[in-house]
Amino acid sequence: MHIMEGFLPSPWWQIWFAISIPVILYGTYKLNRLMEEKRELLPLLAVAGAYIFVLSSLKLPSVTGSCSHPTGTGMAAILFGPAISAILSMIVLMYQALFLAHGGLTTLGANVFSMGIAGPVIAILIYKIGMKAGLNFYVTVFLATAMADIVTYLVTSLELALAFPAQAGGVIASFQAFAAIFALTQLPLAIMEGAITALIFKYVIQVKGDVLVKLDVIGEAGLRKIKGLTT
Amino acid sequence: MKLEIIVAVIVLLFTAQFLYISSTTNAEFSGADGQAEGVIEELTEGTYEPIAQPFWEPPSGEIESLLFALQAAIGALVIGYFFGYYRGKNQSIQSTQSTQSTQSTQSTQSTQSNISKPGN
Repeated sequence: MHIMEGFLPSPWWQIWFAISIPVILYGTYKLNRLMEEKRELLPLLAVAGAYIFVLSSLKLPSVTGSCSHPTGTGMAAILFGPAISAILSMIVLMYQALFLAHGGLTTLGANVFSMGIAGPVIAILIYKIGMKAGLNFYVTVFLATAMADIVTYLVTSLELALAFPAQAGGVIASFQAFAAIFALTQLPLAIMEGAITALIFKYVIQVKGDVLVKLDVIGEAGLRKIKGLTT
Repeated sequence: MKLEIIVAVIVLLFTAQFLYISSTTNAEFSGADGQAEGVIEELTEGTYEPIAQPFWEPPSGEIESLLFALQAAIGALVIGYFFGYYRGKNQSIQSTQSTQSTQSTQSTQSTQSNISKPGN
């Protein structure tokens, strides 16, 4: 989903920076509060960040005969919310922009928006709806993270389409062209990401289930129910 | 265990998909990011000049995979470390709890016997 360095003309790269920077600032505020109030949760924050690190480094082959990579942001989004996910994503995107020439500094704002904000917002929305509807916890995690992955790529397509509208058909036509590359390639990867994130959540619950209650991810009763089902 | 089996099946299906595609087509498995660049070229009819260049690029594919592997390794290290940390901590809490509970039952028994002694 990286928009490559220099591939967003003015004013688009500035616009995406303008949208992403307030979220990053709010995320910094939330992160500071988390560090002050719930220091014992920092290891889990590190795990969520590291999970994004691992997943976004894996370029996987897909049905379209091209490669793409999952995002891994769903876990951070469910645990810590979109604003902190945006910061974790920004760290990964900076690493890739500086050392790998993947993405770029001018396109950082747009990439942070698609990967760190849009995807996580969708993840937390689906998670909340799924839990309210009484869906199985792991099914909900699967749906939330898989959709976060797909939406990240759809938003990337939209960002490119807005910057490069087709001469015939405008933004919609070029959105279709970009989404045809990204979304179909991403579908199997998103399914993988959802499944693996559900598994990671199972292990987090096994070793440190009380953390999820502290973060208001699930209630006390919900945790007991999930533990009862898995063990 | 059920979830592990489901995930394993999904991973197997994914691998099968890759083996099937790579043996039936001569797809290049290039990056989707790069293909988007091709679409931009088509849409603008090759007139678009990137407004900036990355100021450093990995000099070769080998260096690039080195840095990607490094990225994955750092992440995996952190995940493994903290899962191990939590696991070990849980085990030590459990073992201290069990020794404490045996100690406390012993001490209540001894106080009970102390109390009952004067009465005799």
